[in-house]
Amino acid sequence: MGNKTPLYQQHVAMGAKVVDFGGWDMPLHYGSQIEEHHQVRRDAGMFDVSHMTVVDIKGARVRDYLRHLLANNVDRLKEPGKALYSCMLNADGGVIDDLIVYFMEDGWFRMVVNAATHDKDMAWLNEQAGAFDVQLEERTDLAMIAVQGPNARERVHQAIPAGAERAGALAPFFAAMVDGLFIARTGYTGEDGYELMVPNDQVEGLWMRLAELGVKPIGLGARDTLRLEAGMSLYGSDMDETTTPLESGLAWTVAWEPEDRDFIGRAALNRQRQAGVARKLVGLVLEDKGVLRNHQKVIVDGLEDGEITSGSFSPTLGHAIALARVPAGIGANCQVELRGKLVTARVVKPPFVRHGKICV
Amino acid sequence: MSDVPGELKYTKSHEWVRINEDGTLTIGITDHAQDLLGDMVYIEPPEAGRSVAAGDDCAVVESVKAASDVYSPIAGEIVESNESLADSPEVVNKDPYGDGWLFKLKPSDAGAVNDLLDAAAYTAFVESEEH
Repeated sequence: MGNKTPLYQQHVAMGAKVVDFGGWDMPLHYGSQIEEHHQVRRDAGMFDVSHMTVVDIKGARVRDYLRHLLANNVDRLKEPGKALYSCMLNADGGVIDDLIVYFMEDGWFRMVVNAATHDKDMAWLNEQAGAFDVQLEERTDLAMIAVQGPNARERVHQAIPAGAERAGALAPFFAAMVDGLFIARTGYTGEDGYELMVPNDQVEGLWMRLAELGVKPIGLGARDTLRLEAGMSLYGSDMDETTTPLESGLAWTVAWEPEDRDFIGRAALNRQRQAGVARKLVGLVLEDKGVLRNHQKVIVDGLEDGEITSGSFSPTLGHAIALARVPAGIGANCQVELRGKLVTARVVKPPFVRHGKICV
Repeated sequence: MSDVPGELKYTKSHEWVRINEDGTLTIGITDHAQDLLGDMVYIEPPEAGRSVAAGDDCAVVESVKAASDVYSPIAGEIVESNESLADSPEVVNKDPYGDGWLFKLKPSDAGAVNDLLDAAAYTAFVESEEH
């Protein structure tokens, strides 16, 4: 028996196949993972992401704390409501977790970290907090729903009329608080939409209103293929404490300027950058039959082997795609060992799909 | 609980077998198997004309979750293969005992089918695997 979100009974009632995910009983799908995937690309779907960890960080020196804690620079967040994606690194430059941090108001930031890494994240956040005199409050009183797809925003506006105007005015990667409802124009699918945080006792009502408006529930299975098509990293698969952002397709999230910002892991990343980053994360497309899967071996002519970090069937492309960590010198093609056979895959730059359109 | 039609025979590797009037056998994967695997994305049925022994892997069903071998329940010759599944693998999910059949087999020994599980024995086996 795992942890259950406040929407657990709704998932069961809607026919979910429930699986364990990081200690949580979560819906894998509600019938067909592929149909759920298309639903999000073509219309609107909703995900229960209440298992994720929401932490409010407050204090006069909270900005200094986050400037030290994160590889991306929170000084990029000047307007209240603005969000930033970042990795949190250890001293060796390895990724402890990836996260989104929102600037709420002076002295207050909100961070969303992964569910499966909850314990080590909280321990790390607390360990680093001491010198900065910040207060960490885990918001277990909040549930979270992601509503994603080309029609997602319109449906949310209908579901929460009081917040429609503020939400409608949000630029991508901005959030607003409306009557205790936190509305963020963020997501993990490559489609437009919102992530909504609401008090636990209100989430069922919101979920049901969205369902009545035709927003379909989407399980973790489709969540994974949607994020993979969007070229978004999954912690624990595409990067972890043994890999740095520079070899994980996440160099863009490392803020090197200003040079005097001493974030955890900076020295190690600097050394790696100066020595030359030997491996990188690329996209693979397999046009033949067969499905690329995590941990399959990638064979690159004349270079060391690589490995698939996330592989799956792409419902939008109609064949398999993957993210793979490979030698930096890889060419336009490589081979993948798939069920004892070698198949040729094309090397591409993710994303594979953005806003419903194939881009590889 | 998944659907287990009473008139079919079953294997512990989750194939079903229908005995046709002409003595051939039609073979597919059970409702329980398709439910475990999830949405099918590729089906590789065997080539007609191939001779197989009991337990030979002769087809592959690949879903969003995993690739899985399908084994011939008994020895014989593959006489027909469901080629239409190449373009519509989801039929195995939607109609595993009907249009989702995988191949037809002419058994070397017509009596061999009697050694397979009946519906009650297969249901009991699935329940024992789940607990």
